[in-house]
Amino acid sequence: MSAVLVEDRVVTPTPSRSPRLRSIVSALGALPTFVLLLGAAYCLFPVAWVLIAATKSSGELFSTSTLSLGSSLLANLGELNGYRDGVFWRWMANSALYAGVGALLSAVLSGVTGYALAKYAFRGRALIFNALIAGVLVPAVVLAIPQYLLMSKIGLTDTYLSVLLPSVVSPYGIYLARIYAAASVPEDVVEAARTDGASELRILTSIALPMMVPGLVTVFLFQFVSIWNNFMLPYIMLANDGMFPVTLGLYTMLKQGNTTPALYTLVVTGSLVSVLPLIALFLTLQRYWRIDLLSGAVKA
Amino acid sequence: MRLDIAKKAVAVGLGLTLLAACGGGTEQAADGPVELSFWAWAPNIDKVVDKWNASHPDTKVVFSKQAQGDDLVTKLLTSAKGGNPPDLAQVEYQALPTLVSNDVLADISEGAASAKDKFAPGIWDQVTLGGSGVYAVPQDSGPMMFYYRADLFEQYGLKVPTTWDQYAQTARDLRAKASDKFLGTFSSNDPGWFAGLVQQAGGSWWSVEGDTWTVSVDDAATKKVAQYWSGLIAEGAVDKTPMYTPEWNKALNDGTQIGWLSAVWAPGVLQGNAESTLGKWAMAPMPQWDASAPRTGNWGGSTTAVTAGSKKQKAATEFAVWLNTDPTAVEALVTESAIYPAAISAQEAQAKPPAFFPNQPDFYTQAAKIAATSSGFTWGPNVNVTYTAYKNAMGEAISGGADLVPALTKMQTATVDDMKANGFTVGG
Repeated sequence: MSAVLVEDRVVTPTPSRSPRLRSIVSALGALPTFVLLLGAAYCLFPVAWVLIAATKSSGELFSTSTLSLGSSLLANLGELNGYRDGVFWRWMANSALYAGVGALLSAVLSGVTGYALAKYAFRGRALIFNALIAGVLVPAVVLAIPQYLLMSKIGLTDTYLSVLLPSVVSPYGIYLARIYAAASVPEDVVEAARTDGASELRILTSIALPMMVPGLVTVFLFQFVSIWNNFMLPYIMLANDGMFPVTLGLYTMLKQGNTTPALYTLVVTGSLVSVLPLIALFLTLQRYWRIDLLSGAVKA
Repeated sequence: MRLDIAKKAVAVGLGLTLLAACGGGTEQAADGPVELSFWAWAPNIDKVVDKWNASHPDTKVVFSKQAQGDDLVTKLLTSAKGGNPPDLAQVEYQALPTLVSNDVLADISEGAASAKDKFAPGIWDQVTLGGSGVYAVPQDSGPMMFYYRADLFEQYGLKVPTTWDQYAQTARDLRAKASDKFLGTFSSNDPGWFAGLVQQAGGSWWSVEGDTWTVSVDDAATKKVAQYWSGLIAEGAVDKTPMYTPEWNKALNDGTQIGWLSAVWAPGVLQGNAESTLGKWAMAPMPQWDASAPRTGNWGGSTTAVTAGSKKQKAATEFAVWLNTDPTAVEALVTESAIYPAAISAQEAQAKPPAFFPNQPDFYTQAAKIAATSSGFTWGPNVNVTYTAYKNAMGEAISGGADLVPALTKMQTATVDDMKANGFTVGG
């Protein structure tokens, strides 16, 4: 508490301050910006590296300077396209399927569950919610092997479903949807609809879910990115390389054993291509987030 | 036969229909050919599998490309626990005891014992684990050799070292003549490489008598190798960059590393990582501890194994034997997957040198001679633990102060502790 007060005193400029003190204050003000810029550079440099390295031929990759552009981006793409009869595109399509369908179903499931947990009082609600929060704390990696053993009991390993089903249930998504439903769907509106004779299903689909869209978009995006980048679950579940997502496919290209050279240029180019859909998705869905922030500001 | 297949189909259920997307193919298995699933990582091995499928309409092998390494061992163990392992898998020699002691692999001596004569005794011992069972069919081997930049050796007036003493002297001479260059590197990332050097020095890490294991990861020969490299690192005569890193690739490309203690498969790696040095390398036998009795170790190499969980072990064994002994199959493995075959007849049949070594026409004749000096080695049931301990302990030793010998004690302790924890009897 006292720390906050001290900080307040320093940051709030008062007219009686000397110019020297003011310059110190403004220098302090620039510090967060500087730290953020440093962070941005730290995050963006690897991306730039991938971008540059993808233009290099395998001869250039380890022999030319890190930041100099190579000459064979198109050749690399061509080679990637031709690798094992275009299996890379199949992996991309698989990733799109796992991430797209998985995130969509996950958003729907999270929305419905979150709404139910937020708006209905029933016995065991707190218990379910606490179990969910516990679920948020368990990393998905830990669950991969138990999930594999369960899936193999019902004979579903090595199928598309074995990766899709575990991806659909996201404790974090449900948690987020519950918070969002509680904040964005006013109790009065639900009550009014009930008095007008709307069925519970109607209230959910016509009133509550549309109000929750920005929150659900967030859940969708989070899930999409985490499924797209997921490695452990498909690695354990899938044996048939025709069903691999792109993460796993690139891994098989990298780990070919000591006895054969890793296909570095192809892996680098493949990584570049595989992040493009994520970037596109963020750019197109970004405006929903903006609406979200704006509506929050209006309410406040 | 039909009834047999139907029974299997019922027994295995959905889990085995590997290719049928989202399951639902049980009844189709009753009439079609026997389907064998096969996990492997060798590049283009699918083309060799295609040859089998073309000539064996009754047995269809469904290949699935996997990532190589310890992770695949984990994946095999998990799938076997889950009750649906593949029928066949590519397995490295050092992983065989781990998989056998976990009951993952089938004893295929009935169908494969007759293939014994096709392989060198040292190689065959590795798939029998010294007993009467046969747990895999050898596919490729990796006898170690010394590779060097012939052009730079000439430029600096160096002679190819034939003993380890000469190797050390050559390394020092090179440093004196060109302070930015190294004759080689000690890699704390590649336990398989170190194990190869130890095999050459006559080390023996595991042995088993009945049910009692003896573990000696820190035996005299291993200590000798570790001491030798500690000395070279301490005086700065060799580099300590791990292999298979971007820096190391760069060093191969620009001539910072002018030598590589590697194995017979090195030309492919050099071609992939240092394309610009085509035709500049040459191969020689390993430097020796005792020049009068030349020896070499093995680095890498793998087998084709049949799983204990497979319901079609007989057909799977047939395929494993075919893949690694049939002349057309082995030839295809050599040309398509660029492996160095374990089968002796195929080793002798290689006439042309690797594409990256046009300057050494007798490459494979020499290689076969070197391969004949390979020493045998017994792998233990937890090589992965020893290897992980190697990476940690050696990495620490190198960044700490370069005495590698204490690291061996850590490897020994880690290995023995893990074996005891897993219920093995470990004798003194």
